[in-house]
Amino acid sequence: MDFSYSNEQLALQETLQRFIGRDYGFERRRELTRSALGFSAGAWAQYADLGLLSLPFPEQFGGLGGNAVDVMLVMELVGRGLLLEPFLSTIVMCGGLIRDSASDELKRTMLPRIGAGEIKLALACCEAAGRYELSRVACAAVRSGGGWRLSGQKTVVLDAPSADYFLVSARTGGDAADARGIAVFLVAREAAGVTTLAYPTQSGGRAADVRLENVAVDANALIGTPETGLAVVERAVDRGIAALCAEAVGIITALNEATLNHLKTRKQFGVPIGNFQALQHRMADMFIAAEQARSMAVIAAVHADSDDAAERRRAASGAKAYIGQAARLVGQQAVQMHGAMGVVDDLIVSHYFKRLTMIDMSLGDVDFHLARFSDRLA
Amino acid sequence: MDLKYTPEEQEFRARVRAFFEAELPADIRDRMRLGKRIRKEDMVRWQHILFRHGWGAVMWPAHFGGTGWNVIQQHIFEEERADIGAPPQNAFSLKMLAPVLMTFANSAQQEYFLPRILAGEDWWCQGYSEPGSGSDLASLRTSAVRHGDHFLVNGQKTWNTFGQYADWIFCLVRTSAEGRPQQGISFLLIDMKSPGITLKPITMLDGEHEINEIWFDNVQVPVENMVGDENKGWTYAKFLLTHERTNNAGIGSCKRALNKLKEIAAEQIAYGRPLIDDTRFRDRIAQVELELMALEITNLRVLSATADESRALGPEVSVLKIKGSEIQQTLAELQMQALGPDALPYVREALEMDWTADPVFAEHYRPYAPPLSGQYFNLRKTTIYAGSTEIQKNIIAQLILGL
Repeated sequence: MDFSYSNEQLALQETLQRFIGRDYGFERRRELTRSALGFSAGAWAQYADLGLLSLPFPEQFGGLGGNAVDVMLVMELVGRGLLLEPFLSTIVMCGGLIRDSASDELKRTMLPRIGAGEIKLALACCEAAGRYELSRVACAAVRSGGGWRLSGQKTVVLDAPSADYFLVSARTGGDAADARGIAVFLVAREAAGVTTLAYPTQSGGRAADVRLENVAVDANALIGTPETGLAVVERAVDRGIAALCAEAVGIITALNEATLNHLKTRKQFGVPIGNFQALQHRMADMFIAAEQARSMAVIAAVHADSDDAAERRRAASGAKAYIGQAARLVGQQAVQMHGAMGVVDDLIVSHYFKRLTMIDMSLGDVDFHLARFSDRLA
Repeated sequence: MDLKYTPEEQEFRARVRAFFEAELPADIRDRMRLGKRIRKEDMVRWQHILFRHGWGAVMWPAHFGGTGWNVIQQHIFEEERADIGAPPQNAFSLKMLAPVLMTFANSAQQEYFLPRILAGEDWWCQGYSEPGSGSDLASLRTSAVRHGDHFLVNGQKTWNTFGQYADWIFCLVRTSAEGRPQQGISFLLIDMKSPGITLKPITMLDGEHEINEIWFDNVQVPVENMVGDENKGWTYAKFLLTHERTNNAGIGSCKRALNKLKEIAAEQIAYGRPLIDDTRFRDRIAQVELELMALEITNLRVLSATADESRALGPEVSVLKIKGSEIQQTLAELQMQALGPDALPYVREALEMDWTADPVFAEHYRPYAPPLSGQYFNLRKTTIYAGSTEIQKNIIAQLILGL
């Protein structure tokens, strides 16, 4: 057991911290949320230069060979900086899916380009009737010639508007809720029959519903087998969950700092409001929640690389359920203790709060993951 | 960053396990497993066994006769101890007083007391709280007035744990009324056989005798039994409390209690099926399991950080104390609630090994059942002792957050 970070990890953390301090201030971020793209293309290029975009990929495919703990470090700062770039979608989930499950040939064509920042991907795994259930797939994949034809609709595909490719879960057989009979396909955004309905998200990002109408893909667009794609998607989503947990911890930590600072500087009744025990004890609760949440994010991260699906899922769901509750406590109390300042758009506090809330609503909320953890109680 | 145990750590765990399997007396193990009353002689016998093996004090440095183990090894030892059902060691001697003696006592005191603690020769108890001094401990009034080569101690201590077994008591006493209350406190080691000491049991809400009131009436204490400097006792007291609170995390015991809870919930029938299949109840188990998963890592993070930085434990142990005590309480509460109506019977004799239930009674009265409600009632103490949850939050707010 070892709880320390390596020198490389500390250096990475410092570099990214410096970047956020210098190039990603609150006002700059607000401009980006209002821009057409919704994030900074320049920042994306800088991440590529820093090696962030190739961080978790194997060296033979141009990557840095990093692990999920490296990703955790980055995601924590993504949270602190409220970074808008599609790191989670492109690198963690889609890049992770290709690394874990694609053929060597596909890895050779995709991973170096992803790492260089040339292409972006989005994971199209959810449907309107499925809520958070990855197995509830109606989108159909039918064999056609040597390839496949895809038809259906995927909803709230994170970072879809800027994606060059989608990784789409589609049904090759069985009923709409069957675990078997699901496959994953790589679909170019430019393919005939692909349309998107794009919209901003509550936390300043971008997403879209993706419609596939008789979209033709060739045989090597299939990742894994035609029957067992659910495990492929679940693995990618487990990585995403661990990353979201780390992002949440970054925000929780930053929110606690902001709230503590407010308690020390805001005066009412002639004294800093932090003199009042009612507020002190709530701040202590937030501090405790942050420490416990951090521990859970570590558990999720160190298991995210595991090949044991049950162990990985237990860690991911446990962490997501726990951190969702901690985030709710910290987010709501941070807003409350900032008073009216907490409910305006001008302060970063409300933006942190909204992102925390949307993290809970992404890739399975507290109830969903508590049930998953509880149903498999060891 | 790696949560996997190294091969060396796994080998260490196997060694600890093998030792427990071989050396833990079966009768003690049974009492622990069934939640029976644990006696002083059990704890002393176990301490002797550990001492003979060189494991009398796993948290002490080697030059004081401890094992010199790192925090991960200590964690493994504690986890295995709880899992197999070995009794805890006397925390007052080994985990609270000993660090104070190692850090602040003179060599004569260290050389006399530490080996006796290690060998299980002396049973120590604590004299901190007083009727008028609970959370506001520094307001304590038990006085020690110097007369030549001894102090005369007068006053009353309360909430003293297991003083009825004790050979010695470490006490906070007032040696000066000057300045702030914290500035006039000294740390005395008092022989419980001293004339003038009277001990009166306090029955707790579970009906058990665990705590006492103690009166001091002109008790003579040799000056050489003062630890450190006169009027500096508050510093030593706070140091001790920090160590006490670390132990309060109780990860190993909580893991055992969680497993037992799952066993009980699998055995109890509700709505015609095992209680654990009821999602409403199982989700509550899941929630406390998540708290415990997080606390195990938080605990190790805190201990590893202090070890890496070669510094003493600080106010961060308040986090461990708050969470650990809450988890213990929740687990005990769920265990009791899992019994349903069988939580009601109160059978005091059931805490003894030789108790056998009436066959009719035993139908619905499992071997583990009698202690469970009592355990729930008893553990309400955990968020009150060693600095209540409210005091811990004050400490976090003031010493960590700077409010």
